[in-house]
Amino acid sequence: MKFIDEYRNKEIVFKLVKQIKEISKKEISLMEVCGGHTMSIQKFGIPSLLPKNIKLLSGPGCPVCVTSNKFIDHAIALSKVKDVIITSFGDLIRVPGSSSSLEKEKAKGADIRIVLSSLDALEIAKNNKVKKIVFLGIGFETTAPTSAATILEADKQNINNFFLLSSHKTMPPAMTALIDEGVKIDGYICPGHVTTITGTEMYKQVVEKYKLACVVSGFEPVDILQSIYMLVKQIENNTFKVENAYKRAVKSEGNVLAQNIMNKVFEPQNDWWRGLGILENSGLAIRKKYKMFDAAQSFNVKIEETIEVKGCICGEILKGLKTPKECKLYSKVCNPVNPVGTCMVSSEGACHAYFKYNI
Amino acid sequence: MNKNSNILLNHGSGGRLTHDLIQNLFFKYFDNEILSSQTDSALLKIDSKNIAFTTDSYVVDPLFFPGGNIGKLAVCGTVNDLAVSGAKALYLSIGFIIEEGFSFDDLKIIVKSIAEEAKKANVKIVTGDTKVVNKGKCDKLFINTSGIGLLQEKNKEISSGKNIEFGDKIIINGFIGDHGMAVLSARNELNFEANVESDCASLNNLIQNVLDKSDQIKFMRDATRGGVGTVLCEIAENRKFGIEIDETKLPVRENVKGMCEIFGFDPLYVANEGKVLIVVSNEDAEEVLKTIKNNSLGVEAAIIGEIINEHHGLVVLNTEISGRRIIDMPAGEQLPRIC
Repeated sequence: MKFIDEYRNKEIVFKLVKQIKEISKKEISLMEVCGGHTMSIQKFGIPSLLPKNIKLLSGPGCPVCVTSNKFIDHAIALSKVKDVIITSFGDLIRVPGSSSSLEKEKAKGADIRIVLSSLDALEIAKNNKVKKIVFLGIGFETTAPTSAATILEADKQNINNFFLLSSHKTMPPAMTALIDEGVKIDGYICPGHVTTITGTEMYKQVVEKYKLACVVSGFEPVDILQSIYMLVKQIENNTFKVENAYKRAVKSEGNVLAQNIMNKVFEPQNDWWRGLGILENSGLAIRKKYKMFDAAQSFNVKIEETIEVKGCICGEILKGLKTPKECKLYSKVCNPVNPVGTCMVSSEGACHAYFKYNI
Repeated sequence: MNKNSNILLNHGSGGRLTHDLIQNLFFKYFDNEILSSQTDSALLKIDSKNIAFTTDSYVVDPLFFPGGNIGKLAVCGTVNDLAVSGAKALYLSIGFIIEEGFSFDDLKIIVKSIAEEAKKANVKIVTGDTKVVNKGKCDKLFINTSGIGLLQEKNKEISSGKNIEFGDKIIINGFIGDHGMAVLSARNELNFEANVESDCASLNNLIQNVLDKSDQIKFMRDATRGGVGTVLCEIAENRKFGIEIDETKLPVRENVKGMCEIFGFDPLYVANEGKVLIVVSNEDAEEVLKTIKNNSLGVEAAIIGEIINEHHGLVVLNTEISGRRIIDMPAGEQLPRIC
């Protein structure tokens, strides 16, 4: 594939690995906070190329993985309402809630459809006027602007049967919360897609307050290895700053248009993250002006009591404190067929990626 | 909470859940030595003749897709199940379950395709059945075909893979993932069009060429639902050898690769309907590859991997950047990822 193969070039990969090995002396841990990075790192077998003193950790970057049981329970309750069609990103439907999952509810007859974008959900709303279409809005600054744009579009076209159940979150609060919680890392492989929207400015506080290396990375092997090289260099030299290794997509100011749309529709709220608990101003709630599109306010449903699974250490894994293999449930009890924790559900989740790719 | 009290779509995906269903329910109650050998076709001995017998149901949605339709598929699929067992496909049965109100013209097109494909594959449709059900009781049209074929004594062990040894090579007869992506794009649910045709084809002539060329064919399986990755896992599972695959040797079309990138799919797990994985001795591998390439259904064939004396029971992929990772049996159908 043009413009992708160039970033999978074996010779460049080898050269970067060689350069990393030459400069890397310290034992370090680098954390990525994007599901796309988790996937890429495992899919290409990047850990098998790196020297042993560099440890890669997966943080809370997979939107599915940080989603709370309560959100799933809420979605399941909505799926039981007459004439409701639930629309969702694919990998969310297998996430276990307190007693069921959307996949299981679908088998029992609920109308649950997989879409690639909230705009597809809006199309379904237009084509099914007598139904009520609820889109399950998960994801960070990457998917939130599209959800916001969908609401603006629904408003413009006077579509009154489209609703958003928002569990959208923003990334910076999680990145600082992790360090405050005592997670020991030396640098962040910063999420390329998120930064395309937000710009690079927001990582400055992480660098200044916590003396951590931050490099914004793309998703191909060459991108990731180049970012690792830049991170190692910062750490070895004790000079911490925000660097951008994904300049072909990320501008320092980000995508201002998308930011404005997001701000128009959403406002910050405290939100619950699996494994991290409640983080201040880390969630995106729908503003009053657009409350008629808010599924949480438009349907009065009884949500079952939230039950968290005992023994699941998704939280610690998301924080990078433990690896999936340290979990008692891993593999035997919790596996991709019977996922217990969210990290096993999404193919972007750390446990799933471990299970699938690790040797 | 982990127990499923209802059948999920995933139980039919060909992945881990399907395997569990077969092992824990069907094998438990239908238990016999022929079934438990788990070959693509049942191998029977009747009157000192070796007979291969197989069945398959077709529920593809949509019924028509670029490169074929449910009728063509119903012939190819069953013919291929016989062929990969090393048998010469001879006779098919066909059963139709038709939804009330289904278009007569569409049925005619489908039946014509069935006849054409049967002719091409040199098999006769010798018995059949028709049921019509109330509207809404099935989705337009379902087809079941069963087939029987004759198996030469020398090919008897192909379907068990018993003779696989270290050093054997693994060949695929062309681009992978075409069928799955053609159907996905024809389904139009995801608002995505890719200019890709299903590879749906009867492979019995190609396989006959291969069997004529070499008596060192150790194993064959058509990589349908679950894709090449699933078949590789099935070959290695519980065996005293490992499989090593070279990602750069895997033939994948550019547009299929692109679609997979967008959906977050792995082409290794995407369905095919005209692809066979062949395990052949190292000595015969190049000759067999040449034979396959001379057939119109094998032009893009490639040796993609090898049977090795390491990591027994596991399939390991050398990635395109020389990293290494395990190929595992998929838990279920691949779902489009969020980002």
